[in-house]
Amino acid sequence: MLHYLEKDLKSSTVAPRTVIENVSRRGFLGGALTASGFVLAISTVPASAREALKTYPHGGQGMPHGVVHDPKIFIAITDKGDVTIVTHRSEMGTGIRTSLPLVVADEMEADWKRVKLEQAPGDEPKYGNQDTDGSRSMRHFIQPMRQCGAAMRQMLEQAAAAQWKCDLADVKAELHEVVNTKTGKKLGYGELAKAAMALPVPAVETIKVKKESEFRYMRKGEAKIYDLHDITTGKAIYGADIRLPGMKYAVMARPPVVGGKIKSVKSDATKKVPGVEAVFEFAGPDAPPYKFATVGGVAVVANSTYAALKGREALEVEWDHGANAVYDTDTYTKAMYETAKKPGKVIRNQGDVDKAFAEAKDTFVGEYHQAHMAQAPMEPLVAVARIVDGKVEVWAPVQSPYGARKDIAEALKVPIENVTVHVTLLGGGFGRKSKWDWMLEAVRISEKLNGAPVKLQWSREDDIQHSFYHTTSVERIEMALDDKGKVTGWRHCTVAPSIVSTFAPDSGHQFNIEYGMGFVDMPFEIPNIRCENGEAKAHARIGWFRSVSNLPRAFAVQSAVAELAHKLGRDPKDMLLELLGSDRIIDPKASGFPEDFWNYGEPYPEFPINVARLKGVVNLAADKAGWGKKLPKGEGMGIAVHRAFASYVASVVHVKIDADGTIRVPEVTSAIDCGFYVNPERIRSQMEGAAVMGMSAAAYSAITFKGGAVEQSNYADFQVATMANFPKKVNVVIADPKPENHAGGVGEPGVPPFAPAFANAIFVASGQRLRSMPTGDKLKV
Amino acid sequence: MPTFTVNGESRQFDGDGDMPLLWYLRDELGLTGSKFGCGAGVCGACTAHLDGEAIRTCVTPVSAAEGKKVVTIEGLDANGDHPVQKAWRELSVPQCGFCQCGQIMQAAALLTRNQAPSDDEITAEMSGNICRCGCYERIHSAVRLAAGGV
Ligand code: FES
Ligand code: FES
Repeated sequence: MLHYLEKDLKSSTVAPRTVIENVSRRGFLGGALTASGFVLAISTVPASAREALKTYPHGGQGMPHGVVHDPKIFIAITDKGDVTIVTHRSEMGTGIRTSLPLVVADEMEADWKRVKLEQAPGDEPKYGNQDTDGSRSMRHFIQPMRQCGAAMRQMLEQAAAAQWKCDLADVKAELHEVVNTKTGKKLGYGELAKAAMALPVPAVETIKVKKESEFRYMRKGEAKIYDLHDITTGKAIYGADIRLPGMKYAVMARPPVVGGKIKSVKSDATKKVPGVEAVFEFAGPDAPPYKFATVGGVAVVANSTYAALKGREALEVEWDHGANAVYDTDTYTKAMYETAKKPGKVIRNQGDVDKAFAEAKDTFVGEYHQAHMAQAPMEPLVAVARIVDGKVEVWAPVQSPYGARKDIAEALKVPIENVTVHVTLLGGGFGRKSKWDWMLEAVRISEKLNGAPVKLQWSREDDIQHSFYHTTSVERIEMALDDKGKVTGWRHCTVAPSIVSTFAPDSGHQFNIEYGMGFVDMPFEIPNIRCENGEAKAHARIGWFRSVSNLPRAFAVQSAVAELAHKLGRDPKDMLLELLGSDRIIDPKASGFPEDFWNYGEPYPEFPINVARLKGVVNLAADKAGWGKKLPKGEGMGIAVHRAFASYVASVVHVKIDADGTIRVPEVTSAIDCGFYVNPERIRSQMEGAAVMGMSAAAYSAITFKGGAVEQSNYADFQVATMANFPKKVNVVIADPKPENHAGGVGEPGVPPFAPAFANAIFVASGQRLRSMPTGDKLKV
Repeated sequence: MPTFTVNGESRQFDGDGDMPLLWYLRDELGLTGSKFGCGAGVCGACTAHLDGEAIRTCVTPVSAAEGKKVVTIEGLDANGDHPVQKAWRELSVPQCGFCQCGQIMQAAALLTRNQAPSDDEITAEMSGNICRCGCYERIHSAVRLAAGGV
């Protein structure tokens, strides 16, 4: 996200691909790492089982530091044959830490039981882009990792052929050893490691990857996540679990209103709290845009987290709230509804919408609202920092370790080589941990302590009240209908404070990334379409939350379809398929898309909007859910489909209304077409989680502002779905990938269809149409 | 001075008895399996056992442990093979994993008390443990699976 923003703001240019130097071999990680074992039959690989690597352009190549596929960077093999694979993306629950190395292991014919993982520190020139965000990890690294593993396998085979002085055609790698097919002799990977690593890495044109029929781990879903045993035994290391000798503990009091400043601080009582050792004041940034800067405030340093928290409670701080104290959710929301009625800045224009409305026999208007949300990952922000001899070391659960490293170097005015960012496991991220403000706080506090190690812990209240919030929005959709009930015109006006305000002077308008998320790329086959953006200035830090603007857009567009179906007496699924129209690849130019249409950073010809795939998942989900079957009174099904992050997801939500009006979700059926995929088991878990987070967003979660400050403070008032009410059963269908469909995103695309399918189901079950998220989980009865 | 045991080892605490047990476990004993998720007793990430009962260590003062047995995830089973832990692995419950120690401790306490919980009893017992990743369906199934083996 950040990268695209910066590009859009022209404050940076794409870094050229870095030349990868040959690095010295790394040692093994210490500690007991668990390998998840599973038995696989050894198969003899026929020569025809390999095929030339087909490269294709993708967005990863344009990211800062691009992609790296050098096996000498990612793989180490000891002379005993133990393999270490570097995993360079952050693990926050998607399983990527396991899935990408699994790809390498599969292609190199390594035995997964003998593979250990090593988490890369933030070092993009070495490993390629590490910004784990935007559902990009598989999309951008499937190909480089296949190449990397296959190259390693070829080097091992070459080393064996050289040792046996035989033809390369007569050797083949198979489950951790190379076999001479003529003599039956075998050499283990350990025996070949040194010679193989000394060989040059084969050129990309000579790389042969496995045919799908030969996949050992990919597509199987049998490999458990690498950290499973550690997670279930309390040994897994997250940010707060880092402990350094002599480490201090710190918390901060921050201005309740963003942009606020300290007026006065009384810290006498704080300093009397046993264990409190120091109190520091930090100024915040002078003026917006704030980017990821620290907001300033008062740090309390102590010899335990408890003392630091108690010390903070005893602080008396007077704040000057500044200009954002005007922010009031009620007033602001009303204004957004009004703005959406008026003409906005035209972003997409196809055909003649005014004419369509002038000639319309009937019209439809729907207004859809969503509240702000905080990502609220289960693990609050935390970082451990120390500075020794001018060398800065930070441990954090961070989605973008290299971005953080660069900013830390800049903030402390040290060369970037002197900054190390270690990545721990992340207790969830959802976009919050790709902003590194808290890491900057930690290094600043360590700096004040002359470099002493310090753990900066955010409380849940800090997390809820100092986030980079999911935007709040009003999406207004108007449709013009002819006398046959055909939609001839579509006007969509979006009004929402923009992420761009966090990075540049706020024009009140959104930008191409937000426009590209379900707004201008709306896929319906309607002759006249106009997408407009009304002004909304930001008074809070706006950031990204899993699926970003796709959430309100899918909610609006897919609710409107079901509303139209009801108006016309049609079946919502049939209506949806009719609006999607013919199987086609959408031509952005002919469809009036803006020049700078953002396609998730992917080259359009390789990752186009394919309507057949949208319809495909609609049918998959509907069939699996038994769409159209008769349900008892008080129950109903709703459907929605959305393309996001180059993947296609349709969800059917089955809702049941209790006698007291409580909305229950006994079942969700989601179909995903994410193109080429690796780990079906983790795709399923992501889709299950997406339904739950979808329900949190649809029914429960709202951040509201009064006097510029967030009104919620913990999970008690910023609510999320719990086991008391959640989508009880999630059926997942994964579409068979077609060879031309490259890997798309998985982490985010499952969330957007939930809310509209939920609202559509509630309507069927109760006759009540809910257009404002969160809806609450109780209907008026 | 509160005296109690943690995972079978006897401990004495001479600090501020109001300190939540969570910080004693994490900061002083280095038992980091109990997680800080909310600090207010509303998420369950910090769940451990006090005399076999699931408690929120973030709102339980150390003084409340006087004379009692504290068991954390690290002490649930010497080999990490408590039936609940095994069921969790069998069904690949975790996503990010951060809530899971608390979930496991909650489930283990339930199954000690009630070896054959109904679906509703599982839901009621587990609904105070938030999983922001949304693993509830698998958590529920894993408790059910473990119930066979407790
Ligand atoms: S941290 Fe104790 S209940 Fe949330
Ligand atoms: S697995 Fe991430 S919070 Fe439960």
